[in-house]
Amino acid sequence: LRKNVEDFTGPRERSDLGFVTFDITADILNGKNATFWNKNTLMLFFIFDWNVKQLFLYLSAEYSTKNNALNQVVLWDKIMLRGDNPRLSLKDMKSKYFFFDDGNGLKGNRNITLTLSWNVVPNAGILPLVTGSGHVSVPFPDTYETTKSY
Amino acid sequence: ACAGGAGGAGPGAAMDLFGDLRRMNKRQLYYQVLNFAMIVSSALMIWKGLIVVTGSESPIVVVLSGSMEPAFHRGDLLFLTNFHDDPIRAGEIVVFKVEGRDIPIVHRVIKVHEKGNGNIKFLTKGDNNEVDDRGLYKEGQNWLEKKDVVGRARGFLPYVGMVTIIMNDYPKFKYALLAVMGAYVLLKRES
Repeated sequence: LRKNVEDFTGPRERSDLGFVTFDITADILNGKNATFWNKNTLMLFFIFDWNVKQLFLYLSAEYSTKNNALNQVVLWDKIMLRGDNPRLSLKDMKSKYFFFDDGNGLKGNRNITLTLSWNVVPNAGILPLVTGSGHVSVPFPDTYETTKSY
Repeated sequence: ACAGGAGGAGPGAAMDLFGDLRRMNKRQLYYQVLNFAMIVSSALMIWKGLIVVTGSESPIVVVLSGSMEPAFHRGDLLFLTNFHDDPIRAGEIVVFKVEGRDIPIVHRVIKVHEKGNGNIKFLTKGDNNEVDDRGLYKEGQNWLEKKDVVGRARGFLPYVGMVTIIMNDYPKFKYALLAVMGAYVLLKRES
């Protein structure tokens, strides 16, 4: 389950900058079937088979603003090689990349959707992009934070 | 010089035979050249056909740097499409050219801002790089646009593109290869 523990925005020059911290719990199983532990756990159905070299996972935030109908910002990514532990249980992660908006669209934006997706990199063949099921909506507050407590 | 004629035939007949032989060889040579031209034309047609079908000006590219490791290494081959209606989305692997530079770059899209009218600007970064690609763009350029895109990576084959890299780095190898191929096609006789 991904949840936002704390979020606030800060303006930098002309654009909004958002800060998000999150937890990721994902289980990319080695078989065709997966069971749900409880209704809040994000389960990814996936097969790490002989033709999968790695997965490139990324957490992206998607939202709309006055300036732009669609915005997507990748906040965090990770390369998972075949053989790595397929269970992710990351807590209190800070985003790897700065969450800048193109303009000031983060302030008061109630609907930022965070989704976990991944790019399957085969040993040879097609490169599909898959979006995990389950996503979280995050609202940003209406005011800017002035303290630098990040 | 006249070869000693066989039997009663005089020098004239021997010349005829010799002339015949030379004529035959010339025809054979023309045939071989036409064969070669046909092979080259077919290859070009297949390439042009790919360009039309995929919508990309360069549907097959070779990875030149290690900036997308461990997914792609130098020498890997990428197959691209560039359909006009395909939107550019975060996480996709795009091949783009910076304005004014010839070399296509293969990196991943990490930021997308799209307006209602379809205008898109996006930012890219190599998986293996610490920072995004702003340093690679033109002076003052902060975003890429659809027009900079050569195509989106849809499929890939490892190692196969190494031949192109070797030919680039060692031009003598390229000429030797072309000479061998040319000689083979011209001299090969269909029995």
